[in-house]
Amino acid sequence: MVQEQAQQKLSIQFEDIAQQNESYIVGMWTFLVTEIMFFGGLFATYLVYRVANQEVFWEAHRHLSIPLGFFNTCVLLTSSLTMALTVHYSQRGLRKQQLLWLLVTMALACTFLVVKGFEYHHKFVEGLIPGANFRFEPAEHMRVAQLFFSLYFAMTGLHALHVIIGVLVMTILAVLIAIKHPSVQDFIPIELTGLYWHFVDIVWIFLFPLLYLIPR
Amino acid sequence: MSVAVAKHGEVKHNYLNAGDTVLSWLLTTDHKRIAVLYLVSVTLFFAVGGLLALLIRLELLTPQGDLMTSENYNRVFTMHGVVMIFLFLIPAIPAVLGNFLVPLMVGARDLAFPRLNLASWYVYMAGGLIATWAMVNGGVDTGWTFYPPYSSSYSTSQVTLTIIGAFLIGFSSIFTGINFIVTIHKMRAPGLTWFRLPLFIWAHYATSVIIVLGTPVVAITLLLVAVERVFRLGIFDPALGGDPILFQHLFWFYSHPAVYIMILPAMGVISEVVACFSRKRVFGYHFVAFSSVAIAVIGFLVWGHHMFTTGQSVYAGMVFSLLSFLVAVPSAVKVFNWTATMYKGHIEFRAPMLYVMGFLGLFVIGGLTGLFLASLATDIHLQDTYFVVAHFHYIMVGGTIFGYLAGLHFWWPKMTGRMYPEGIAKLAALIIFAGFNLTFLPQFVLGYLGMPRRYHWYPEEWQMLHVMSSAGAALLGIGYILPVFYLLWSLRNGALAGPNPWGATGLEWKTDSPPITHNFEETPIVTEEPYAYENHHQQEEVASGTGASTAEA
Ligand code: HEM
Ligand SMILES: [Cu+2]
Repeated sequence: MVQEQAQQKLSIQFEDIAQQNESYIVGMWTFLVTEIMFFGGLFATYLVYRVANQEVFWEAHRHLSIPLGFFNTCVLLTSSLTMALTVHYSQRGLRKQQLLWLLVTMALACTFLVVKGFEYHHKFVEGLIPGANFRFEPAEHMRVAQLFFSLYFAMTGLHALHVIIGVLVMTILAVLIAIKHPSVQDFIPIELTGLYWHFVDIVWIFLFPLLYLIPR
Repeated sequence: MSVAVAKHGEVKHNYLNAGDTVLSWLLTTDHKRIAVLYLVSVTLFFAVGGLLALLIRLELLTPQGDLMTSENYNRVFTMHGVVMIFLFLIPAIPAVLGNFLVPLMVGARDLAFPRLNLASWYVYMAGGLIATWAMVNGGVDTGWTFYPPYSSSYSTSQVTLTIIGAFLIGFSSIFTGINFIVTIHKMRAPGLTWFRLPLFIWAHYATSVIIVLGTPVVAITLLLVAVERVFRLGIFDPALGGDPILFQHLFWFYSHPAVYIMILPAMGVISEVVACFSRKRVFGYHFVAFSSVAIAVIGFLVWGHHMFTTGQSVYAGMVFSLLSFLVAVPSAVKVFNWTATMYKGHIEFRAPMLYVMGFLGLFVIGGLTGLFLASLATDIHLQDTYFVVAHFHYIMVGGTIFGYLAGLHFWWPKMTGRMYPEGIAKLAALIIFAGFNLTFLPQFVLGYLGMPRRYHWYPEEWQMLHVMSSAGAALLGIGYILPVFYLLWSLRNGALAGPNPWGATGLEWKTDSPPITHNFEETPIVTEEPYAYENHHQQEEVASGTGASTAEA
């Protein structure tokens, strides 16, 4: 049993397990570089408009809830810790602990999404969803405020999409681990998911101050 | 299907006869079969783009707009650009030749992620089909550059669908790029150090870096255009509070490097072919290798040369102009080195070599005219004229497509096990060269005289030049059709190639043609530098005399 757990499946194109594992990890890092550039385009757009409209962006950002944003920041940071624990236990082949911390990570991710959902709902009630029903006082700032909220929804929406994908992947992994599926006998799937998850957290670490903590 | 037959008549196993059901192709993870899938698809899209080009040239035969309305003309040139750039030029060399050759050249059994590789083809096809669907359902008329606010607020054509198509195609190249980077880093055969890698691999490595860094930016940018269009969010449209110049910055941040995505792989092909048919090692190997990297890096710093006249500050313009001159240096380094490689070589004028020589001449013209355009004062006169059109066609058609055809002929024996017919292949190369120059040389003159791009009517006095250009396009069309026929013909009737018909160096020539499914009977071990043509040459001479001292790899 223990022996079986240590055994990894070697794909035909690789010479040995070490090469296979390194390839997967380099591949994941490369993918994360594309993700950084993907968000980078959006961040650049945001920064250009913020520099040009500091005043109105400041006004608009007061409609965001700093407590909720701060709470979510803590949630995600904690989830990074629990994800690190998951990876740690999976490297040691301790299935129960691994599963436990994976589930905790998922719970935290879902908490984040629920809070985000409440925030979006508030914006909806306040008429801050860009489009025909957008309302903003004072009216002469409406256009730029709408730009702020367009970017707010685009950036946090894309981030939330990444969180959702993370939750889906973790769900699949959790099921596979629970049924002792051979494909998750080694630590690579969890390791890769961990890298992805830390990336998602880091994006939020930039989003929170940029959107919620605009100085006057 | 072509099947290599061993001497005593029994059929050898290879990747082509490893399975012949349709499913065995659609579900394959063999990089060589995926390359063939890509070969068929990019050829089809090339045909579509080519037909659209012929329509453009037909319309421009006469000064009046008599074949189609202005609106339809806009659609035709836009779709020509979209198909050629996103569906043909960007994937052509990496996804066909690169896919086939990268694992072979590094001595691996496959790419690092074979399933991701197959996924990239499916994503490419999905993007291609969506773009095609957009074309038949009204088309797009924004130009391949999708400039807002026209694209986001005014155009009534299928902008959103086309953008979704381009977005998907972008992700298919990202998949390919990730695969190449990991494979080149982690899967090189024993002894294959970085400086023993063929320059084709260096070129593909640099290309992959650009793909991975640049494509996501254009993906998010185009997505924002689509979002602005669908939800009326003001991101780029000034009427909604946005800034169209920002779009141009983001777009060209990718799309200038994208031109190097198109040309660098071709440069990789040139290095291989020029060394083989000059029987010499590539002059200044390290310079050629690092110039690829330099192009990848500097290429990211010059995007502003597309915006000299569109509202960028004069000082930014000066800096971008200077940097654009800088990026020409590594390109020139390559040209000098290839020329020096041929110097005193034993040059064989095979069809691939003819394409290489065509490439050298045309790329130099394309690159030098790029410098005209990168000079602030001249660009004000030449921006948005046929001069620009001629410039980029010299590089993309004269450079990339020549490189692609050189590579396709050079590795055709490896891919199929059969030789292409040399005589007619040389003839086609000459027709393409003549047709190409007849098409695009007059366009430099037209642009200099002031003919703007993207118009379908013009003053009478320019008709002669336009007629020349259209005649050239017809000739070019013939030149492109020929290879389709003789290459298909060669699948059954070509002479058997054997493992190494050119006497070339490189691991891909050390295995069967066509190779077996996992490329090598046993993992090769590399003991010498690349392009050791002279060693082998001496060896042959020495072997007949005193006996070889250096060991064969
Ligand atoms: C020697 C390096 C090069 C320089 C200095 C250069 C310079 C330029 C400049 C300044 C322009 C803008 C002209 C204008 O719009 O007024 C331009 C346009 C263009 N270049 Fe180059 N170029 C170089 C290489 C390439 C390469 C290698 C390719 C393609 C493989 C390429 C493809 C294009 C294309 C497609 C356009 C037109 C874009 C459009 O639709 O507006 N260039 N080039
Ligand atoms: Cu450019």
